[in-house]
Amino acid sequence: MQADRAVKLGTIGTAAGVFSGLFGVGGGSVMVPLLVLWLGYDSRRATATSLAAIVVIARFAAIVQATYGNVRVGDGILIGIPAVVGVLFGTWLQQRIRTREISLLFAALLVATAVELLVK
Amino acid sequence: MIGAILIGLAGGTIAGLLGVGGGVLFVPGLVLFLKLGQHQAEATSLLAIVPVAIVGTLRQDHYGNVRRDDAVVMGGLSLAGAIAGVALANSLSGEALRIAFAALILFVAFELVRSTLRGAGEEPAGEERESP
Repeated sequence: MQADRAVKLGTIGTAAGVFSGLFGVGGGSVMVPLLVLWLGYDSRRATATSLAAIVVIARFAAIVQATYGNVRVGDGILIGIPAVVGVLFGTWLQQRIRTREISLLFAALLVATAVELLVK
Repeated sequence: MIGAILIGLAGGTIAGLLGVGGGVLFVPGLVLFLKLGQHQAEATSLLAIVPVAIVGTLRQDHYGNVRRDDAVVMGGLSLAGAIAGVALANSLSGEALRIAFAALILFVAFELVRSTLRGAGEEPAGEERESP
């Protein structure tokens, strides 16, 4: 691997790590656009490759959070395993229905959730 | 316990259906329904993301979409960032972190609307897009 490519990947990984650790998310929203912009990925490969990186990044961040005593292991497992079933169902469903209206509806739900968090 | 399972099922389904990240759903679910603090919710979400990302990666790798060498470099070099990000989160109050997270999901909502109106939401999917 060329040095400049490794530097770009390292920068993207570091940024995703900060994002993941700070917000408790995978960091895909940081990696995908940067892979497209800096390394010429198409969006499908960028999403797929960021998913593979997330396996490592989320695990690192979870381990670091565990050292602060913040991880509720039982809840994490109770969410993570059914979530796998949900994702498989969701991707199956995505092939079969129009997602446009659902996307907009869900965006509205996210806005409502943000408001809920702000007034909490 | 039922609450956590429902958060996982619902969050996973929406993540698979719309291609948004699971964490964006797990964290508010844990805060609003299971009454976890923002720090605990974020930390627990990270753990829940791992199995989802593993399964997603296996599927995408099957389609040949994963550039493994790049993923390994990005993942491997994320450690310092993850340590810094977690330290930053833990230096903030729960309230400050919750406000920052609310800003993040507003941004995700904005991006979702933008990509949907651009037509990406109707992309006929021969292969799948998904991201936890």
